[in-house]
Amino acid sequence: MERDVTFIALFAALIAILGLVPSLTLISGVPISAQSLGVMLAGTVLGAWRGALAATLVVVLVALGLPLLAGGRGGLGVFFGPTVGFLVGWIPAAFVAGLVTERLKRWPTFPAAAAGAVLGGILVLYIPGILGMAAILGKSLPEATLLSTPFIPGDILKAVLAGLVTATLARARPGSVPSRPAG
Amino acid sequence: MLALTSPVETWAHRIPPGPKLAALAVFSLAVFFVEDPVLMLLPLGFAAAGFAALGPVAARAGLRAIRPLWIFVAVLLVWHGATGELDRGLALSGRIVAAVAMATLVTMTTRLDDLMAFLTRALAPLRRLGLDPQVAVFAMALVIRFTPVLLARGRALREAWAARSPRRPTWRLVTPMAVAALDDAEHVAEAIRARGGLGSPQNEQET
Repeated sequence: MERDVTFIALFAALIAILGLVPSLTLISGVPISAQSLGVMLAGTVLGAWRGALAATLVVVLVALGLPLLAGGRGGLGVFFGPTVGFLVGWIPAAFVAGLVTERLKRWPTFPAAAAGAVLGGILVLYIPGILGMAAILGKSLPEATLLSTPFIPGDILKAVLAGLVTATLARARPGSVPSRPAG
Repeated sequence: MLALTSPVETWAHRIPPGPKLAALAVFSLAVFFVEDPVLMLLPLGFAAAGFAALGPVAARAGLRAIRPLWIFVAVLLVWHGATGELDRGLALSGRIVAAVAMATLVTMTTRLDDLMAFLTRALAPLRRLGLDPQVAVFAMALVIRFTPVLLARGRALREAWAARSPRRPTWRLVTPMAVAALDDAEHVAEAIRARGGLGSPQNEQET
């Protein structure tokens, strides 16, 4: 159990620092916050339950007022803003990303984790995200979807990177990637 | 690590978190039903008075927390201006700003310790499901402790990158950061087990 708790806590910290570290360039010249990459990684590396709990920890700590979101944002205010669905959606997003990575046992790690990151980190994440935008901005669902589309290309890129990083981790620390047990 | 709580002690810090959170819930719900932009000035004025009462330093910090909303306000005003219902755009913008401002006010006037204690009490029913709320609180403490540690590791990696390459650091730094998180997790788990583990005494007798 100790191992579960520390893995969950350390990946929650990883999600936080990927938002706080000033912009790593993801593709040449375009700095995008790597925070949602951290959420995808929590799922693809830790698996469904641990990944979802890591995301939950970050969401709870943000609610308690810690500035863990990209740009040092945090506090209860975030939960009343238009992006609340994208924050709360991290929990099912990490869960599905982890579930897919765990279930695609026969696939090599890179495509399994990338598929998990796309399904969880994009498809599942955008459902509560768009619902939240629609509710708070008083827009219809198609209108809210339109407002979220500019972020999809960057998120696809992050999903591929999540797959690459997960595959590298599975090779570098074979016993320490719970979603892909060695052997 | 710095929480967003205002260090300037005020009367609002002394109200316990429970009533403050309940008041916030009532306020946000009430604001949701206001459709008239003129009437919306009332909750907005209420939130502004709250910040003003905290003094200039805290008020500036509060404004910083609300600033990222400008893009949404701009989208709403342009959108509804174009469709000829500027009233609705103003009401929606006012609603978001008022609710976020009030929630920020609660965060700024509640100490992290008080909120953690409140959360521990709120999580107590989990015990009946066989989950120990102390473990959840321990995990939170670990995140708070290790975020600065990993952040320092990330900065060191950036400096190492900058020493070798004229280009800006790319996503490739994410891999060593994740390796650091995995290694730290293994070491901390080992250290906790060596000190008797996380379970309560009864659990230890069972295993």
